[in-house]
Amino acid sequence: MTVHNIRVGESKRGDASDGALAQTVGGRLSRVDGPAKITGAAKYAVEQQLEGLAYAVLVESTIASGKVRAIDTTAVQAAPGVLQVLTPETIISLKTASDWFGTPPPDKPYCPLARDITFSGQHVAAVVAETFEQAVAAAALVKVSYDETPSIVDLSDGKAGDGIPIDAMTKEWGDAQAAFASAPVRICAAYNTPREYQAPMEPHGLIARWEGDQLTVWEPSQWLDGMARTYAEWFGVPFENVRLVSPYIGGGFGSKALALGHGAVAACAAKMLGRPVRLVMTRPQTFTGYGGRAATRQTVTIGADTQGKIQSIVHRGINETSIDGMWVEPLGSVTSIMYATPNFSSKQNVVRVNSVVPGAMRAPGENPSAFGIESAIDELAYEVGIDPLEIRLRNYAEQDPEAKKAWSTRQLREAFAVGAERFGWARRTPEPRSMRDGNQLIGWGVAAGTYPVRRAYGEAIVRILADGSVEVESSSIDMGQGTYTILAQTAAETVGVHADDVVVKLGDSHFPRAGVAGGSRLAGVMTGAVYKAAISALDQLVGLAISDPRSPFHALQANTLVVANGRIASPRGDGPDVSIAELLKSVGRDHIEATGDTMPANSTAEDRYKNYTTIAMALPHTEGDYSRHSWCAHFIEVRVDEDFGTVRVSRVVSALDSGRLYNPKLAESQWKGGIIMGIGQALLEEGIVDRRHGRIVNNNLADYLVPTNADIPDIEVISVGIPDLHSSVLGGKGVGELAIVGVAPAIANAVFHATGKRIRDLPITLEKLI
Amino acid sequence: MRDFSYLRANSLDAARQAAALPGAMLLAGGTTLIDLAKCGVAEPETLVDITHLEGLDKIEVSERGVIIGALARMGHVADHAGIRSRFPAVSEALWQAASAQIRNMATIGGNLMQRTRCPYFRDPANFSACNKREPGSGCSAIGGVTRGHAVLGTSDACIAMYPGDLAVALVAFDATVHLGERQVSVDDFFLLPGSTPNREHAIEPGEMITAIEIPGSAAARRSTYLKIRDRQSYEFAAASAAVGIEFEADGRTIRDLRVALGGVATKPWRARAVEAALIGKVWEPDTVRAASLLAVEGAVDHGANHYKIELAPRVVARAILKMGETV
Repeated sequence: MTVHNIRVGESKRGDASDGALAQTVGGRLSRVDGPAKITGAAKYAVEQQLEGLAYAVLVESTIASGKVRAIDTTAVQAAPGVLQVLTPETIISLKTASDWFGTPPPDKPYCPLARDITFSGQHVAAVVAETFEQAVAAAALVKVSYDETPSIVDLSDGKAGDGIPIDAMTKEWGDAQAAFASAPVRICAAYNTPREYQAPMEPHGLIARWEGDQLTVWEPSQWLDGMARTYAEWFGVPFENVRLVSPYIGGGFGSKALALGHGAVAACAAKMLGRPVRLVMTRPQTFTGYGGRAATRQTVTIGADTQGKIQSIVHRGINETSIDGMWVEPLGSVTSIMYATPNFSSKQNVVRVNSVVPGAMRAPGENPSAFGIESAIDELAYEVGIDPLEIRLRNYAEQDPEAKKAWSTRQLREAFAVGAERFGWARRTPEPRSMRDGNQLIGWGVAAGTYPVRRAYGEAIVRILADGSVEVESSSIDMGQGTYTILAQTAAETVGVHADDVVVKLGDSHFPRAGVAGGSRLAGVMTGAVYKAAISALDQLVGLAISDPRSPFHALQANTLVVANGRIASPRGDGPDVSIAELLKSVGRDHIEATGDTMPANSTAEDRYKNYTTIAMALPHTEGDYSRHSWCAHFIEVRVDEDFGTVRVSRVVSALDSGRLYNPKLAESQWKGGIIMGIGQALLEEGIVDRRHGRIVNNNLADYLVPTNADIPDIEVISVGIPDLHSSVLGGKGVGELAIVGVAPAIANAVFHATGKRIRDLPITLEKLI
Repeated sequence: MRDFSYLRANSLDAARQAAALPGAMLLAGGTTLIDLAKCGVAEPETLVDITHLEGLDKIEVSERGVIIGALARMGHVADHAGIRSRFPAVSEALWQAASAQIRNMATIGGNLMQRTRCPYFRDPANFSACNKREPGSGCSAIGGVTRGHAVLGTSDACIAMYPGDLAVALVAFDATVHLGERQVSVDDFFLLPGSTPNREHAIEPGEMITAIEIPGSAAARRSTYLKIRDRQSYEFAAASAAVGIEFEADGRTIRDLRVALGGVATKPWRARAVEAALIGKVWEPDTVRAASLLAVEGAVDHGANHYKIELAPRVVARAILKMGETV
């Protein structure tokens, strides 16, 4: 089976923007996987053509709370093509797997099909048939009867209560309540965000195939090694027996990092049937088959002096979780570090409701947290009559107010300055409703964002092959963020070849290991691992050239040699000049291979397993002497129709500090993607629940609105970062999640400036403004 | 989706005969039918493919007006020079409907047969009560999520909104639907839900839409379609208005006015009260705004859709004002 094969050279023809320096780290090389994707040549997980493939379709609960009384499958068994009907009674028993911290699981069986119903849309049965159509038709014949009990619909449900205090989220210094009570200026407001969904283009799905006790899973994955561990633990087989294959991913946004119930169903079906089984969620199922962003409520209280200098911040947050699962969306994460304050208090509760357990969605925690604090500081600015940009500078945190450590780098002041200049902020008139164009009220808003630098570990193999080309292998993944491309650039620059001559292979858990592609950590981790492996391969190559008696350089008695453009020469140019291929031939080698990793030197095999299959070993962003974060400032113009209440974003200028950019073109694309997603969050996105049924009714892409091209203006993104070697081997900080943080409050602030109406509940739909 | 048989009609008569079979449905662009089959609402036993019938995709403009064949694609009609110059509201309504991909597939006849987006109607697995699907089963929408439901033309049995754009412009300009020999006005073609929301169109088994005819008029020539929604593209209307206007020789007195609403009613909604209040009057912003309030006479909200009652008159007023300003 061909996993993946991409040559950079095939992709860059005709793209003038690539330029001569594109192939090194920091160059604007176009995505090397782009042509395969846009021509359809890229084969996604469930597109594998396997002999004997059978098709599974899920049946889901239609109540939000209660018990399955009975499942009548009589009609299903007789339907054409049906191979198997899986119910809690017929499906094989699995073991409970450990969580993503690697916490040892309770010794009890796990069944991915539910008898006890805790949300509408829970998997209760599955039908496997010879064709997809037969499986769909048969699944509609499954009759499930229930004993229904009252459900807790959402956070506003009277039965929801105050929830469970999460002590680990409590952050306090000084005496925030007392300082607030004595502050001359006080504001207090509540900010709400709804359920939001990742809505990747590629729905979740997989093909599972067993050969003896070896399981192969083709599945879009942000974390091959973590998901392989879960499958292995479910089925009680060694970790090495599970192979995850995921060369391409059609969008994840946090939703494809974990093995989920539907994966267990498909793997069970394949094992029971002795045939490979494909299961793909329908679009409606993707709204309940796994969790989107939890709905949140925050209260932000700020005490300040009359000059707008913050004296106290008191923050209280709650997020929803499921009846039997725990999801904490850290709502105080930005609140505690964005501004200098001598007194601070943040606490958080989690409330159980009848929904699927919420999950990670682009900047979990930071995103809703910023909506609270960045709206509140804007309210404070109007309260004291200071420009919203100026008040942010007056309260600029010169060090991490929470950890009391120096920032590794914080180019936020630069971001404010550059963004304001490019946007023309100085021309803003401060009064709400003071700028208009006909029926359009114009508003300008600003907000900041941040995301911590999460550091973990990665491994890679770099091979220099007989023809002088270079091959990189890693079980890390590329879901569109550019891993293939930046690893090619890293290997090319380090070894001294063209990126055209580098082949990067990713997305196979049998390759050297990598941790989760989440928390914006993968690029920093993997460029480091590839850099180290490539240095090691280069050392071997130069070592051979100097020391092997058959080498043309042997007589030169050199200490070192230079490798560039695929050729080897002495530093002074006074000796032979041969290609890598020629050298390898002369010394009788068909390849050179080196591994590299970013783990601590004394890591054990157990450490290694934990590093790559859990998130327990990741380094805190405040480890050592520094506090490490990416930063950004968004300047946004909106036009609000005064009669209709419709909000259109007409201009975005964002300045961002992600440290050194491994590839500015790809980083800019990710930033823009985050900003677009933030526009959707601000204006459109909301999972709407029928309160009688506890069910999301807009569970499709016609009714759950994400932005179209027509909703998005030109977006200007400006990098203000500098290399941050405290954050990564090559100096980069996180990119992927940063840019969504702060977009929604910048838009809400702009809407206030346009209309004089402060909207504290997302999304800002038209009925809130008319 | 269950198994069905597929017939390709090679003549209009054959198509009509096949369409009269129990459980038969006509397949043209398929953009609605396939969607509804996937979500379990449409369960045809026989699909009669009419896309190969010849001569049904013509657009014929004459002095009297325009006749648009039932199989003309939305995209072609939207871009047709004669439609754009003589019926701008029709072209604009089509341009603002659906997406480019859907407009390239969907036909004009099929567009008239588009069904509601009511989420309860579209999810039979989870919501068994729907009088539109199963007469007498009840209405899940009443008391549920109603942000997108109708405020005009509703009944105790159904509050589902008619979601289309084109027919709003058609009803404003007195278009007729050709059902072979029989012709019926677009206004009469769409039925109010009353106690039979399952019956949406005045079309009998064995009948087939062959064309739409729109009479030419000065008001149609000076017309627009204004569609308001949260998302700029690919969303159904929160409220929309098709408006056409004709002035007397003085350029200020309204001789003829056509107003129809979309996004707020159970069918394409002609706002005759607004027309009557303004015909013969001098075009003047305050007069227009006051008269536009009549657009939602008799409106009944169900909570979350109350904003439509506020919004619709503003949309009507803006459209009438825009048509007056371009004198």
